[in-house]
Amino acid sequence: MLSRFVRTGLNSQKQEIGAIQFGLRSFQTSKPSLARWEKEQDKPPTFKKVVDDAATAFFMTEIVWGLYITMGYFFRKKCTINYPFEKGPLSPRFRGEHALRRYPTGEERCIACKLCEAICPAQAITIEAEPRQDGSRRTTRYDIDMTKCIYCGFCQEACPVDAIVEGPNFEFTTETRLELLYNKEKLLANGDRWETEIASNIAADYLYR
Amino acid sequence: MINISKIFEEVKVMKNFTLNFGPQHPAAHGVLRLIVELESENVVRVEPHIGLLHRGTEKLIEGKTYTQALPYFDRLDYVSMNVQEHAYSLAVERLYLDSLDIELEIPQRAKVIRVLFSEITRVLNHIMATTTHAMDVGALTPFLWAFEEREKLMEFYERVSGARMHAAYIRPGGVAFDLPMNISEDIYKFVIQYRKRLEEIEDMLVNNRIWKQRLVDIGIVSAEEALNYGFTGPLLRGAGLVYDIRKNYPYDDYEKYDFKLIIGEENNSYTRFIIRMKEMYQSLSIIEQALNNLRPGLIKLEGVNITAPDRAFVKKDMESCINHFKFFSEGFIIPANENYTIVEAPKGEFGIYLKANDTAKPYRCRIKAPGFLHLQGLNMMSKDHLLADVVTLIGTQDIVFGEVDR
Repeated sequence: MLSRFVRTGLNSQKQEIGAIQFGLRSFQTSKPSLARWEKEQDKPPTFKKVVDDAATAFFMTEIVWGLYITMGYFFRKKCTINYPFEKGPLSPRFRGEHALRRYPTGEERCIACKLCEAICPAQAITIEAEPRQDGSRRTTRYDIDMTKCIYCGFCQEACPVDAIVEGPNFEFTTETRLELLYNKEKLLANGDRWETEIASNIAADYLYR
Repeated sequence: MINISKIFEEVKVMKNFTLNFGPQHPAAHGVLRLIVELESENVVRVEPHIGLLHRGTEKLIEGKTYTQALPYFDRLDYVSMNVQEHAYSLAVERLYLDSLDIELEIPQRAKVIRVLFSEITRVLNHIMATTTHAMDVGALTPFLWAFEEREKLMEFYERVSGARMHAAYIRPGGVAFDLPMNISEDIYKFVIQYRKRLEEIEDMLVNNRIWKQRLVDIGIVSAEEALNYGFTGPLLRGAGLVYDIRKNYPYDDYEKYDFKLIIGEENNSYTRFIIRMKEMYQSLSIIEQALNNLRPGLIKLEGVNITAPDRAFVKKDMESCINHFKFFSEGFIIPANENYTIVEAPKGEFGIYLKANDTAKPYRCRIKAPGFLHLQGLNMMSKDHLLADVVTLIGTQDIVFGEVDR
């Protein structure tokens, strides 16, 4: 049964065999590139192949070729960036540190619908709410435990008024764990600080939302 | 009088040296603890102790709605994120769409985007698998080169989803967002230049005698052993078995893509390295085909409960607004049903058994991770090998502890 399984395969489709053709037992071959494999059949060793293999073994051709490539990289353009001073590009969809936004009037957007609290897979968000003096419903408490958060972005997708967003900031390390338990003041302050970037990101991505 | 033969008997019985291949070993690809029993330098027995990264994902998912469970799948095998999301999304779709009276299929564009990102993920994973394997064995340089390319792929992730790794991009019913402008062109450019980089890495490794001496004939698994141990992926295909779920049980129109399965003959570490390298070429070709198949259209099912309505509609339309609130608070209910969905993850067959029970939360979610089964075969594979080969074997099995420990 096993041999049948091997020969025909499960869907008896014509298979082009890859590594078989390579002849894995031959330790030193003269062909360096995998792209040329397709032509490399399992042939009986010819005189040329034996000489080639011996020469490869003796002159360490493949090692020298490897060193040559490494040397080539030495002179190439560097791909690293000088991180704290240079940063990689971020897309408008980047999900970083959370922020609570305000309307241009200064009124906070969040209406305490608690959708973000409901959808959060890590249950990192805690909201308490009651009607304000003027009768409008606002949060009295909006906490995000940034150590629980898994940055999935579901909260910003759930928010019907674009109040909670994950902004472009990814550098918010702290020295203590306690500082990562964000409250409403901290989140609103984040919103005020990052509003230009957040607004431009949302504007840039409006086609896809 | 002293019984000399008895003394000799006592002397003969020597206890083997037991080595703790610690949980923090850099070659262990995470938190693997191996108890290695050695006889001089030969391995007698290897006992993997797993569970150091156990987070109880399966149990946690029972307490989450179908939407909330999605990000957990990114974090299983954290080098092939989208493939696992793909598996979960397929599982939820099959359960949900089966329960409907009408035949529904997810939109064509969503399927293509899913295939595109599954294959990008496959390249991501194989870069990690082959080059960290090389690093464990002693060749650091290819790792540094390939991670530049990996960075570019993660930028594609970041552009579509907003996260570089844990994307939460492929969702039940389609994908989360449409592709942003110009990304297809950039992916195409990447594919073109990545082939050259891949060839450079191959030039470094494929014929390198040190690399071959460390890999060839190490960890040979026969076809029968591979089947008995439940190996899938490169470990099974290396033995000449034609088993790739993309070919055998195609999902999301994989049957329309033209790609070859890479099959090995003698299933040793070197074969599997070659298979992974050649699979990357095949993935690149699938990526190209997917880019050519991209047509304008919907990116998720609309008008059904498993997807959230578009934001534009939420602002305009009361019905959508209600659906939005229902989707994000209550979730969607799937009638009692069960299924087992498999996809071809880069490491092998990744399966999800989902059981629904008329609520918005899965009753049971069992995850079949390929790495778990591969790790069970480590003892068998490392018979009659040296201690140094254990590192090679862990590398060739391509183990990631997120999925082994779950």
